[in-house]
Amino acid sequence: MKEEEKEQTQITRLDFLKTLWFGLGGLVTIELGGLTVAYLQPHVTEGEFGSIITAGNVDDFPPGSVTHIPNGRFYLSRLQDGGFLALYQRCTHLGCNVPWDQNLGKFVCPCHNSQFTQDGDVLNPPAPRPLDLFPITIENGVIKVNTSKPISRDKINSTDVVYA
Amino acid sequence: MDKETPSPTKSSFITRFWKALGPPTLPTDDRGRMRMVVDNIVLHLHPTKIPESTLRWSYTWGLGGLATLLVLILGLTGTFLELNYTPRPEQAYLDILALKTNVWFGDFLRNLHHWSANLLIVVVVLHLWRVFFTAAYRDQRANNWIIGIFMLLLVLGENFTGYLLPWDQLAYWAITVGTGILSYLPIIGAPISQTLLGGPEVSAATLLNFYSLHISFIPIAILALMSLHFWRIRKDGGLTISKREDPAYNTNIKRVTTIPYLVRRELIWALIWMGILLFWAALVPAPLEGIANPEISPNPAKAPWYFLGIQELLLHLHPLIGGIIVPILVVVFLLLLPFYDADSDNVGIYFRSLRGRYLSLIAVGTSLIITTIWLVADEFFLNWNTWLPTWPSLVSEGIIPLALILLGLLILDELVKKWFKANLEERILFFFVFLFSSLVVLTVVGIFFRGPSMSLIWPWQATIH
Repeated sequence: MKEEEKEQTQITRLDFLKTLWFGLGGLVTIELGGLTVAYLQPHVTEGEFGSIITAGNVDDFPPGSVTHIPNGRFYLSRLQDGGFLALYQRCTHLGCNVPWDQNLGKFVCPCHNSQFTQDGDVLNPPAPRPLDLFPITIENGVIKVNTSKPISRDKINSTDVVYA
Repeated sequence: MDKETPSPTKSSFITRFWKALGPPTLPTDDRGRMRMVVDNIVLHLHPTKIPESTLRWSYTWGLGGLATLLVLILGLTGTFLELNYTPRPEQAYLDILALKTNVWFGDFLRNLHHWSANLLIVVVVLHLWRVFFTAAYRDQRANNWIIGIFMLLLVLGENFTGYLLPWDQLAYWAITVGTGILSYLPIIGAPISQTLLGGPEVSAATLLNFYSLHISFIPIAILALMSLHFWRIRKDGGLTISKREDPAYNTNIKRVTTIPYLVRRELIWALIWMGILLFWAALVPAPLEGIANPEISPNPAKAPWYFLGIQELLLHLHPLIGGIIVPILVVVFLLLLPFYDADSDNVGIYFRSLRGRYLSLIAVGTSLIITTIWLVADEFFLNWNTWLPTWPSLVSEGIIPLALILLGLLILDELVKKWFKANLEERILFFFVFLFSSLVVLTVVGIFFRGPSMSLIWPWQATIH
């Protein structure tokens, strides 16, 4: 009786060591796994795409204009009311570059014919959502755009627009 | 024997050297030949003896052997190509140009690598079909089937990573569009795409990542699975034998030694294909467009040809459904196939039965008609988005069409059951043929019938650029 009880309630030295070894093995696996994932993360160089890009002065961009900022890989779109949007040039469908067509007054993707308005809204599918945005900050009339993380949106919103 | 062998102390240096490193004396008796298979590191992946009936050429079509040959050619040509390649955006394309103009037989080597890689995809898919059509994946062979599915995925991955390396417009935008599909995978899609590309877009980091995957990670995995695959064939008792040929099943089969019967065939087959591939590589250049320009997307931008079936689906279904859910369903379907289709020991016979043959033909025909009609109808008439304007596009263009397709398949299954009195394995056969025929139609339409802005065109209207 005493022996059985001991087996049920107490862990033996062997069980303890076994659990310990398995636990340590699991720990090492998790550590190495985390290490691998961290190692594989992309890294960003200062001043290039992925960092904060200075687009220019507010006055350089007349209302109703769309300007390509190549090193930031975005279009700075100034709406008629003077508000700014930094639209990521990557099509939300499959990632092609969407050029601005000045004559048609819209973005037209050459890959699958998705079309977008000047504020990035979808005019023609297959693009499932408006063009992605980068956050804009305007200090003393200088426009700075943080290109580290594009913001995806399901619908365009008047709060997306930044005013000087 | 022992008495005839001179003792090591008495033999000369030359004799000893020759004995250790010279060509082996080939055995002439069965026992010696079986011994040789067991003792040789390459040959031991074979069984020592094989059933004579499995040697029949029209049984296997030599597809596994051809795939092996192609992998070997790819490994060898790839290793040589590495000597003239730098995985950096500013250099990669120039290296390819140099390979074409400055390096002796550089262009030939690249052609050989390119065409072998494309042929490999075709061959492994045909191999999968062969195994399915002869039901050579039941019971203990299910294990090897699953290994095979993983190898198929690895081969696709190896092709896809290699596609980027020339760093021309074709490569850049095919990989952009191909990896773009990943972003529709909820939650984990974006981080996976970020890690794989080394950033938000195809860039220098992507080229280095893909290069490493292409020359080390994936090939090592493929080689490991290949040895496992061959070894499993041996452990599973060789290839399947049809009951029709052997009523006693597995007891009274005529077996022949692997040397020379199988090895001889393998070598001749390899030689024939070496000849074909050398001619092919000498005559047909691998495509190369202008240097990659991340600012200008070409029109149309297409994924590599083997993913154009999926890209075609993307034009008809919501990307999460067409690009993620459907491919996952197909892989899961393939992985579970041997466990579902397990109730018969009807192996080694093409298309299961006479009725199976007719059903397969009917499946090809109905699939060609239905898939084509659906593609054209969806292009011109079906417009879920405008019919259900308030519904999210995931439902209106994804879940509803998918549900309708699945419903259609169920109805089709009922009809096959009712009209043809098909049993379970014949119904599965019908579906396999139907679905793969659809995939072929989608891929062919994606390759040949899609022009600028992915509009439907006739192949002869395509502009060659």
